[in-house]
Amino acid sequence: MSPEPSTDPLAGVAAEPGVPKPDPMLTISDVRRSFGGITAVDVDHLEIPRGLITGLIGPNGAGKTTLFNLLTGFDTPDRGKWTFAGEDLAGVPAHLVARKGMVRTFQLTKALSRMTVMENMQLAATGQSGERFLTALVAPLWRGKEQEITERADELLVRFKLDHMRDEFAGTLSGGQRKLLEMARALMVEPALVMLDEPMAGVNPALTQSLLDHVKGLRDNEGRTVVFVEHDMDVVFDISDWVVCLAQGEVIAEGRPSEIGSNRAVIDAYLGATHSEDPAHRKKRHERRAS
Amino acid sequence: MAADIVFDALRTALGPTAAAYALLAIGLNIHFGFTGLLNFGQAGFMLVGAYGVAITVSTFGGPLWLGVLVGMLAAVVLALILGVPTLRLRADYLAITTIAAAEILRLLVRSTAAEPITGGVFGLRQFGGDFFALNPLPDGRTYFGALAASPNRAWVMLVGWSLVALMTLLVWALIRSPWGRVIRSIREDEDAARSLGKNVFSYKMQSLVLGGVIGSLGGALFALSLQTVQPDTFLPQVTFFAFAILILGGTASTGGPIVGAIIFWFLIGSLQSGLRRFSDADMLPEFFGAQAVGAVTLTFVGVLLMALMIFRPQGILGDKKELQLDVS
Repeated sequence: MSPEPSTDPLAGVAAEPGVPKPDPMLTISDVRRSFGGITAVDVDHLEIPRGLITGLIGPNGAGKTTLFNLLTGFDTPDRGKWTFAGEDLAGVPAHLVARKGMVRTFQLTKALSRMTVMENMQLAATGQSGERFLTALVAPLWRGKEQEITERADELLVRFKLDHMRDEFAGTLSGGQRKLLEMARALMVEPALVMLDEPMAGVNPALTQSLLDHVKGLRDNEGRTVVFVEHDMDVVFDISDWVVCLAQGEVIAEGRPSEIGSNRAVIDAYLGATHSEDPAHRKKRHERRAS
Repeated sequence: MAADIVFDALRTALGPTAAAYALLAIGLNIHFGFTGLLNFGQAGFMLVGAYGVAITVSTFGGPLWLGVLVGMLAAVVLALILGVPTLRLRADYLAITTIAAAEILRLLVRSTAAEPITGGVFGLRQFGGDFFALNPLPDGRTYFGALAASPNRAWVMLVGWSLVALMTLLVWALIRSPWGRVIRSIREDEDAARSLGKNVFSYKMQSLVLGGVIGSLGGALFALSLQTVQPDTFLPQVTFFAFAILILGGTASTGGPIVGAIIFWFLIGSLQSGLRRFSDADMLPEFFGAQAVGAVTLTFVGVLLMALMIFRPQGILGDKKELQLDVS
């Protein structure tokens, strides 16, 4: 049901852990992070294909969020290297990772509560010289750019159906609206790669479909690469072009959604409970969401 | 007698000390109100501002402007020393470090070893000559009507409140700018700011330096108005008075520190004056000696602050809507 690209860009890529892709956006090699005696992440090799949606799945504690933290500079690995668009990003601080075009969202949304929705958006824009101390004092130096930023933010707010909340404090938004704001805000940075940590968690089912469409839009309309963590298998299989499964910090399987669903290692590690669920019931749930 | 008490209170509320405390609170507002930094050592920034002037002028015979500059530079250095190790850590580390640093500074300037430079426990005096020589107000009369300020006092008040107005303007301009937006985003959630490409450490440092320098100006003003510095003026309670002023006026509101400082010192002034006058007129019970005035004043101020927190938690100028949002 997702609008597949006419020619599969991943044609001929085998469904096995660590497989090389024709055009990787992000290449991760030998990244390891342990907390005390527990190894949270131990990824030998992983490539994220450019311009596609990659779903990252795995049971609780599999290291999905830790991997996000490592890749975006919010945590430091014990060892390992990764390149983003050919550039080595290991050891680069979080704010520079974002400026290079790799922007993340958070599992627990981080709306800036006591700032308006518009301020949340404006904050995320890059290249505003008025963010420098001395320039800030001379309003004519940044007012033009500010107007440009505001226009772009307004367009995004309309697209994400948040324009009616424009001047409200972000703290007054509902959980789902916060997820939308966080995604729209991330787009203000104009990232090449968007990393969404559980974009659907805690979202009212009525909003899920709209969120899904936005995620697909990132790929189809803007050509951005998306990596997202999600627990809802219907969602993962619906929008992903490629699925990576982590368990105990390691990549245990990767492949197209259709291949992952029947992968023995994935079923053992993760799908056990869902898999045994009555298929008819699952189908019904899916239809309800789609309507 | 009621009128006398009100005039006494107004004299305190609009006096140089209130202006100096307003500056301390403006600095804290940048730290705590806008950036979310817990600086419990504003007394330390005040101290370096005051001693910057005193030491430069009194000990080394330098000019006044150099003294003020030395105080401000010392505040920058202090902010860097405090910020570099702590600003990457959680907020509480800065709180602990600043309160300790302010105490260390106080103990340092009052130590015997530092006496040749700082005057030790006796402090320094006679460094206000240059400042009062600049006074354009003619001698031989009093100013501000019923406030009856001497020319020198009137001069300190003018300079002090002008400085307060100037700093408030500066904060207003900064906070409404994109710079201020980044600062406020750090208060809300620094990880979010970081994920959107903002160098959080650098902004926190700028905030700490700016608020510290404004605090040091408060210290310089304080020293000049009294024409003396003594180490034990800079006890930790000074920082907490400044916090009380900030919260009273309304945290994160630009005009809050001014309103807070005037009201706070009006309360202190009226209580002190009232108790003293009642005591002189033998209208207070026996156990209530003159020496109890200070303690009773502070008790009343504490009770009033509690009442404020219960009935108007956002402060006088604060935004109630902001307070109702869940900011976790």
